[in-house]
Amino acid sequence: MKDICEQYKGVTRKKLSFVIFLAALLFGVALIALSQGASSMGFKDSVTAIFQDSGIAHAIIWKLRLPRIIMAVLVGGGLALAGTVFQAILRNPLASPYTLGIASSAGFGAVTAIIFGGSFYSEYLIAGNAFFFALLSSFFILSIAKLKSYTPETMILAGIAIMFFFSSLSSLFQYMGTVEEVHEIVFWFFGSLSKVGWKEIGVASVMILLPTPIILRWSWDFNLLAAGDESAKALGVNVTRIRMLGMVFASLITAAAISFAGVIGFVGLVAPHIARMVIGGDHWFLFPASALVGAVLVLTADTLGRTLWAPQVIPIGIVTAFIGVPFFFYLLMKKTRQYW
Amino acid sequence: MLSICKISFRYKSKHILKDIEIELNKGEILSIVGPNGTGKTTLLKCIAGIMKPGKGTILINGKNVSRMKRQNIAKSIAYVPQSSPSKFPITVFDAVLMGRRPYITWKPSQKDLELVARSLKSMDLHDIALQDFDQLSGGQKQKVLLARAVAQDTDYLLLDEPTSNLDLKHQMETMGMIFNMVKKNGVAAILAMHDLNLSSRFSDRMVMLKAGKVFCTGEPRQIMTVENIKSVYGVEAEIISINDHPYILPTRPVNEQQGLSSD
Repeated sequence: MKDICEQYKGVTRKKLSFVIFLAALLFGVALIALSQGASSMGFKDSVTAIFQDSGIAHAIIWKLRLPRIIMAVLVGGGLALAGTVFQAILRNPLASPYTLGIASSAGFGAVTAIIFGGSFYSEYLIAGNAFFFALLSSFFILSIAKLKSYTPETMILAGIAIMFFFSSLSSLFQYMGTVEEVHEIVFWFFGSLSKVGWKEIGVASVMILLPTPIILRWSWDFNLLAAGDESAKALGVNVTRIRMLGMVFASLITAAAISFAGVIGFVGLVAPHIARMVIGGDHWFLFPASALVGAVLVLTADTLGRTLWAPQVIPIGIVTAFIGVPFFFYLLMKKTRQYW
Repeated sequence: MLSICKISFRYKSKHILKDIEIELNKGEILSIVGPNGTGKTTLLKCIAGIMKPGKGTILINGKNVSRMKRQNIAKSIAYVPQSSPSKFPITVFDAVLMGRRPYITWKPSQKDLELVARSLKSMDLHDIALQDFDQLSGGQKQKVLLARAVAQDTDYLLLDEPTSNLDLKHQMETMGMIFNMVKKNGVAAILAMHDLNLSSRFSDRMVMLKAGKVFCTGEPRQIMTVENIKSVYGVEAEIISINDHPYILPTRPVNEQQGLSSD
């Protein structure tokens, strides 16, 4: 009896070490990102530059690179976390901010704010509007699922329909917009972290970090949702509440990420799966692992995107897909489970 | 004691359950039988608090379930579903650990882990504790779901057709395990059952439902009669008795009799 417990604890320790490994990896990538750029510095110089209070290096680090790195981590981690939540509450491995249309509707919200914001134009307006539309879509999907059924097909089909609807609306605005507006929207849609400053980070970190401890606190309830609504209810989970609030939190996080980095869809789908393939479905470890995978993915993509063909910057959404897709396929072929 | 008092349940305008009354004492196994669509599963779900009955009350030791917190209900009533969906990988250990959810706040304690280990051991599942739940056979899955209910450490067990999808040997094994759990630990179980012979063999009492109402209730001997089977199931049958347990041998459906003779 003791040895089953010990074995289980051994597995738990392995999961924990994977999370620690990912955290170390993220730190390493962040160091590289800090030192690489138009003016290359060594690791040591770039780190000491953080703590100097003057000089060009200090300015580059604090004004350009650090905000960018922090935002990449927030966005990647946030989208991955939101994807994990969507997959758990809809019990659907295909769910993600992107495939459910939440990303596109948040994108549409941001675009309308960019175009029609006028004198009210601000980070808050963009983020708030993105959140409003993200929430609208997620509740639309929830109600469709409730009225019809919770089958994966219904929800993904509804999500894809929403995605096309809001993409078309965004395209319509581009079609009718002025040259400057179109330029701004297209630039934003491809995903970019180049305009990120501390103000944006403030808004995004509130929207992303505030719900995170609550989500983590509920990791047991998310685990139980995987056992089916009925079992979950019989084990004391308030299924309706966790599904509703899960949707709200995941939409909030998605909106924050989309507002400041553009529609980077792929991370939210793929990071949870990568993490799950390695450590399994226990959300207590899956949430941090998947968030860290997402953060590493986006930070790597952004760093490669701005250094590979410098001074030409490749949009972050494109690089993310270029790195993530081959890696995902590799894991897909390695694993034997049916849907992977 | 678990008392189900005048439970009614409607879906849209259709009556699924009407004025159901059942009492269950500790140490008892009670089977709910009846044809498809008579509301066996719905009744179990109402008792488990998964569905809310339109009328009536359910009392656990005199306490009204509808005034209890969901988490506290889960400490006294365990529900074992027919099957568990698994879209995501989960180990057997984690699947059983779910039964400790009503007691866990942030992380499972050492006691939780030990209880899980003990219930795995009692079900002979300790060798596959770290395997993927999805890769198991139907019989093993059923055992895991039972082990989860054991780990939940409740006074009452509700089992929804625990033997469907199982072969003969696993049916007997599963029923034997439920029987032992109830008799050894002094808990009580309600089983929704399709198989009349298995329920007759293992239950202390049976409740026969017909169209959402209790048709008759009593010891297996009193329930398993030719007349009851005929009017509830619409089947002609013979009853034989082996070791004091009544068994049914269905011979032919009642309605088709005339159809056959006019051929």
